Amino acid sequence: MEKLSLRMVGAGLIRGLVETARNFTGSYCDPARLTTVQYPEESLPPVESARTFPFLVFDGDSQSGLRCVACKICEKECPPQCIYIVSERDEKGKVLKRPKVFDIDISVCMGCQICVEVCPFDAIRMDVKFELSVFDRFKPLLLHKEDLAKSNEYYHSIHPLEARETDLRLAAARAKQQSKTEGTKSSSSASSTTKAP
Amino acid sequence: MTLMLFLLAVPTLAAALAAMCLRNLVHAALCAAICFTGVAALFVYLGAEFMGFAQVIIYVGAIAILLLFAVLLTRGFETLSPLRARQVPWPVGVMAALITLAVMTISVVSSPSLLRPRTAMVLRTRQVGDRLMTDYVLPMEAIGLLMTAVLIGAAVLALRDSNGAKRRRVP
Amino acid sequence: MMFADADQFFVRLKATWVALFPGQMQALVSVTTNAVAIVVTFALLFAVTTLLERKGLGRMQNRYGPNRVGPWGLLQPLADGLKMLIKEDIVPTGADRVVHFLAPVTLVLCVILGFAVIPMGHNMAATDLDAGLVFFFAAGAGSEVAVFMAGWASRSKYPLLGAMRAIAQVISYEMPLVLSAVAVVMLAGTLSLVGIVQSQEGYHWGWLARWHVFTPWGLAGFLLFFTAALAESNRSPFDIPEGESEIIAGHMVEYSGFKYALFFLGEYLGLFALAGLGSTLFLGGYLPPLAFLNWVPSWIWFLFKLMMLVSVFIWLRGTMPRLRADQLMEFAWKFLLPMSLFNLVIAGAWKFSRTWSVPGGNLSRWLMGAALLALAYLALSRLFQARHKPRVYRYV
Repeated sequence: MEKLSLRMVGAGLIRGLVETARNFTGSYCDPARLTTVQYPEESLPPVESARTFPFLVFDGDSQSGLRCVACKICEKECPPQCIYIVSERDEKGKVLKRPKVFDIDISVCMGCQICVEVCPFDAIRMDVKFELSVFDRFKPLLLHKEDLAKSNEYYHSIHPLEARETDLRLAAARAKQQSKTEGTKSSSSASSTTKAP
Repeated sequence: MTLMLFLLAVPTLAAALAAMCLRNLVHAALCAAICFTGVAALFVYLGAEFMGFAQVIIYVGAIAILLLFAVLLTRGFETLSPLRARQVPWPVGVMAALITLAVMTISVVSSPSLLRPRTAMVLRTRQVGDRLMTDYVLPMEAIGLLMTAVLIGAAVLALRDSNGAKRRRVP
Repeated sequence: MMFADADQFFVRLKATWVALFPGQMQALVSVTTNAVAIVVTFALLFAVTTLLERKGLGRMQNRYGPNRVGPWGLLQPLADGLKMLIKEDIVPTGADRVVHFLAPVTLVLCVILGFAVIPMGHNMAATDLDAGLVFFFAAGAGSEVAVFMAGWASRSKYPLLGAMRAIAQVISYEMPLVLSAVAVVMLAGTLSLVGIVQSQEGYHWGWLARWHVFTPWGLAGFLLFFTAALAESNRSPFDIPEGESEIIAGHMVEYSGFKYALFFLGEYLGLFALAGLGSTLFLGGYLPPLAFLNWVPSWIWFLFKLMMLVSVFIWLRGTMPRLRADQLMEFAWKFLLPMSLFNLVIAGAWKFSRTWSVPGGNLSRWLMGAALLALAYLALSRLFQARHKPRVYRYV
C-alpha cells in the first residue's frame, strides 16, 4: 500500500526548525558539537607536513654545531632568490666551512621548499611559525643567521617523523664514514707494517 | 488656529507646485508624495483621522509607488532627461488656471455642507463604517465591483504575452 | 498594591517629570518625553537584538557567536556602532545627492512613527488614536517610498533592481498582513490598538487568557501575520532584496558608514514594530497568559512577547534558505492571500455564531472553525504544490 503523503506547506519547515533547535540546545550541552578552536588562546594540533619559512638546524646546543657549510647550493636554486650567503674566511683568506652571513628575506620567500630539497647536508629545513606580523615591511622581515639558527631538538618538536628519519640517515652515514676511515687506517697501518724500511 | 493651517498648507502647496514644475520626473513624483502627505495632515487636522491615514496608505503607499514604478519602467536605466518645455504661450496657462480657480471656488462656496451649522467634532471611524454600510451601501458595492473588474483586467493583461505565446512555467 | 506600583512605574515617573514644568509647556514636554523614551528604548533593544541574533545564529550553526569584545561578547554592539560611525561616507559621483541622503532618514522616520500607537503596557501607549491600526499601516507605507528613493538615487543597476524587487515584495505581502489584522478588528470592534488589547481581557475558565491566538481564526491569522511581517521587514527567508549572495545588498549597496547603519536600524525597528503589533493584535499585548501571573508588570509581558517573537524570527532565519523572487511572490498571492481571505470568513462566522446556541457550546465552534481552516490549508497546499513537481533533468 503506497504511503499517502500529506503534502503540506510547512512540513519541511517544522523539520528544519527541529533540527536547528537541536543544534542550538546541543551546542550548550554537548561539547563535541562546538568544534571552534578559540585562537589565540587555543591552537590547532600541529601537522607533520606543515611549513612556512626555512630555518637552519644546528646539532648540540649552540650555533657552533650549525650543519650549514655555506656551499651556496640553496642560494643558487632558490627561485625568487631570497637567500644571501657569505662564507666565513679566516685571517689568511681561506674559506671556512661556515656561513658568516646567511640572510633569508621572508617577504620574498614563497615556501616552495626547494632549498630543503637540494641541501646535501640537511642543514636547512622548513619552520612552522606563522605569527610573524611586524609593523615595518622591510627590515624585520629580513632574517639573519641568528634568527634562523634553531636546535635539532626544536626540529624534532615540529617535524618528528622527518627529524627522526634525518637523524637516522645522518647517523648511518657517519657510521659508514667511520668504518671506511677505520678500514683505510687499518689498511694503511697494514701497508705501513708491510713496508720495510 | 490659522497658524497651524498655514504650517500645513504651505508645504503642501509648495510640494504640489514643485511636482508640476520640476524637470526631473522622479523628483516630481516624490514631491507629489509629499503633497499627498500634506493633504493627509490637513484631513487629520480637520478631525477626520481615518480619512487622513487612509489617504497616506492609498496615495503615498500605492499611487506614489505606482507613479515611481511607471517612471522607472518606461524610462529604464538611463539617466532621466529633463522634460522638454512645452511651447504654450503663458496667457493661455494663466486663463486656464483662473477658470479652474473660479469653478472650484463657486462649487466649494455653494456646497450644502457649508450652510449647516458648524460643530467641532472628531469623526469616529465607527460613524464612517456605519454610514458606509447603511446610507451609502450602493456606491460602496458599485466601487467594489469596479475594483474587482480592475483586478481581473490587470490579471488578464499580465497573463497575456506580447505575441500571445503561453509562458513557460519554471518549476 | 506593590505590583500595581511596578505596573504603573513608568507612567508615574513620566507624570512626575512633566509636573516639574510650567503648565504651558507640559503638553510639549509630555510628547517629547514619550518620543525620546521610545527612540532610546528601541535603539537599545536594537543593539541587544543584533548581539542576540549573531550569537543565536552562531549556536544554531554549531559555532560560537562573537565572544571577544567584553564577556560573552556583550560589548559587540558597541564595537559595531563605533565601526559604523567612523567609516567613510561614500556617495557615488552620479548619485542624486539629496534623495540619496533623504532615503535612510525617511525610512527611520516612518518606522519610528509606527511605534507611537503600540500599547507597551497598561496606559502606556504614546497616543491612543481612534484609528490606531490604520495609522500604523500608513506609517509603514512611507517606508516603501524610502526604499525606492534609496534604489533610484544610487543611479546604478544593482540598487535599482533590488529596490524594484523590494517594493514588489512589500506590496505583495501587505495584503495578507492587513487582511489578517482586519479579522482582529472585526472581532474586537475597534481600530484602536488599546481597544483591541482591552477586548482580550478576561480569562477562559478563570485561568487561560482570552487572547485572540487561542481561537482557530486567531491562530491562523497569527501565523499569516507572522509570515507577512517577516516578508515586510525583508528578513530571511524573504531577504531577496538584501541577500548578500544574490544582489550584494540590494537597494543599500551604495550606502556606507552611518547611512547604512540607519538602514540597518530601520529594518530592525520595523521588525520590532511589526512584532509589537502582532503581539498586540493576537497575543494580548500587555496581558498575562495565565490568570495567576498578573502580578508581573504589563510592560514586562510586552517586552517578553516581543523578544519571544524576535527570537522565533532569528530561529527562522537560521533554519530556512532564501526564497527565490518568483517563489516569494507566488507564495504571497497564491497561498497567503486566499488563506487570509478564508480566515476573514471564518472570523466573521465566529463572531456571528457567538450568539447562536450551538450544540456542544464553544468547543464545537472551536473545532468546526479549526477543521474548516485546516481543510482550507490542506487544499491550498495541494493546489500550490501541484505545480511544483520534482525537477526532471535531461542531459540531452
